[in-house]
Amino acid sequence: MAEAAATTQEPTATQRLTDKVFRRGCQACAGLILLLVLFIVVRIALAAVPAIREHGIGFLTGTTWDPNQGRFAILPEIWGTLYTSLLALLFGSVFGIAAAIYLSEGFLGQLTYDVLKKLHLELNPVFLRLPAQLEGMLKNLVELLAAIPSVVYGLWGLFVVIPRIRPVCGWLNAKLSFIPFFSTPLAGPGVLPASIVLAIMILPTVTAIGRHALVSVPPKLRMAAYGLGATRWETILGVILPTAARGIFGGIVLAFGRALGETMALAMLVGNANQIKLSLFSPANTLAALLANSFPEAGPKQVTVLMYAALVLLAITLAVNIAGSLILQRASRGSEGART
Amino acid sequence: MSGLPPQEINPFAGVDFAEMEKSLQRPRTLINALLDLVVVGMTALALIPLFSVIWMLVVRGGRRLTLALFTELPPAPLEAGGGFGNAIAGTLVVVGVAALFTVPFAIASAVYLAQAKPEDRLATSVRFAAKVLTGFPSILAGVFAYGVIVLSTGGFSALAGAVALSILMLPTVVLTAEDAIRAVPARMREAAIGMGATDAQTAWMVLLPTAFPGILTGVMLAIARAAGETAPLIFTALFSNYWLFSHGRLHLMQPTASLAVLIYNFAGMPFDNQVELAWAAALVLVLLVLALNLAGQALSRRQQE
Repeated sequence: MAEAAATTQEPTATQRLTDKVFRRGCQACAGLILLLVLFIVVRIALAAVPAIREHGIGFLTGTTWDPNQGRFAILPEIWGTLYTSLLALLFGSVFGIAAAIYLSEGFLGQLTYDVLKKLHLELNPVFLRLPAQLEGMLKNLVELLAAIPSVVYGLWGLFVVIPRIRPVCGWLNAKLSFIPFFSTPLAGPGVLPASIVLAIMILPTVTAIGRHALVSVPPKLRMAAYGLGATRWETILGVILPTAARGIFGGIVLAFGRALGETMALAMLVGNANQIKLSLFSPANTLAALLANSFPEAGPKQVTVLMYAALVLLAITLAVNIAGSLILQRASRGSEGART
Repeated sequence: MSGLPPQEINPFAGVDFAEMEKSLQRPRTLINALLDLVVVGMTALALIPLFSVIWMLVVRGGRRLTLALFTELPPAPLEAGGGFGNAIAGTLVVVGVAALFTVPFAIASAVYLAQAKPEDRLATSVRFAAKVLTGFPSILAGVFAYGVIVLSTGGFSALAGAVALSILMLPTVVLTAEDAIRAVPARMREAAIGMGATDAQTAWMVLLPTAFPGILTGVMLAIARAAGETAPLIFTALFSNYWLFSHGRLHLMQPTASLAVLIYNFAGMPFDNQVELAWAAALVLVLLVLALNLAGQALSRRQQE
């Protein structure tokens, strides 16, 4: 009797109190995350107020950064940020989408089947799951690209990418210098090596989100296309990519946001030169690299200016990231209709 | 048509079988085969950097991998030998303190989010805020910690670095923990509630223990990411040529070395010894990050099975 009473008793007053405290505590923690994000934005904005008052909108359109004269403007950094990020996005999304297609459209399955058939092993149940396993392995390899810290990419870029591409860039500059993109020689760090390394860093984002979008295309669309006699690429280009387009685009926008905010690889590879040039081989600067290089030695006056620059970077990346999330949200909502 | 005897109907009349044969001489199949090659080649090209990075790390970093690296302090310019024991300790301390700040807080939030009703305004906006934080540039976390901690305490410190990293770890832990708690079978929660357990008891005794491997995966991934972050540390934890512990005490309010910042500082130096140390530090850092990542992946795979 006593045991039964012990297992079925009502919660005691302490238990009720703990429950209430626990629930309120969890809710408070969740609320604090929201407050934290708001606090970050407000804190950076408030710290930037003195500089906004002093330099106004001219901060965004001027081109000189001279702490000795107290003249600050960040148009070259905005240009450098957008230029390197867009170039990286161009390389990264082309290769990233190719990898996403390779990893989702049964290429590996066919390859393993063909190889096994040559060995007369294609019906052996041991290899039944091999294509899926290989696909998973390759997917993990692409994801490993994202796990390598950006400062290691910077180091690799300095000692591998720049020496490797310098002869090619030198040749392009010597033969084709009338094209504005090749108008200066590559002395060392510059826009192109920075963009190449940045492209490698955003590729896993494009591939992961792109693959997700391709895999969620309803199978019946794919089967219908094959049933009509379309080749694999007619199916991919005519049916699958258009259906998955919105999801892939959302991934590209998120990758763009990541590229805009990436710091270390650029601080090490872009050359930190305060100039606006179209040449791929000339050094440039980006907002994040400017912050990384200037903050450690900044005096109180320069700190407010840097906070202003940080606020500009925050505004750009927030806008891009929110746009990307909204596109992805709408993409998943849109494909729900097609699946049923 | 209807007047004809059935055997005279030829369903393949007008069909050119040669036309249907698969042959590379046809533009359709030729384009198909070419695009196959292009996509295989591009995927292979995309993986070259990974292998190149790993190769360079093993070759250039492995050359210097000795026990002295883990016990000695960074050398002065033109000095031979040396190591980065203080940087390894610094990375572990800063990341550990950041995890102490973030993990309890993030798990409590995840418990709330996982139990929230779909129409809960607070939960929706918190989830959105967490997603926004995942795309938050890491350097801005550094700027924030600089404004809040460095400026108000009057100096660079390990604590400021930990605050910056904890902001970056927060969204990963919250979002994966929420997923893990949601993945706990509904019947387990219902059984607990049916037994008369309070919400706190359900969460504490049923949800969290069951979701533990999934939560741990998120924590591992967040720690792996934080250990490799450099940008938020350059002007919060700064760098130091000395140990973070001395006289038996941990100096959290002092600047500290970290592996990531050491790589950044030494990569740009014109001294061969420092560059070699940068490569060795990169190897150690990548091994640390990969080990955490693989452990996290293994945990999440075991949970799925």
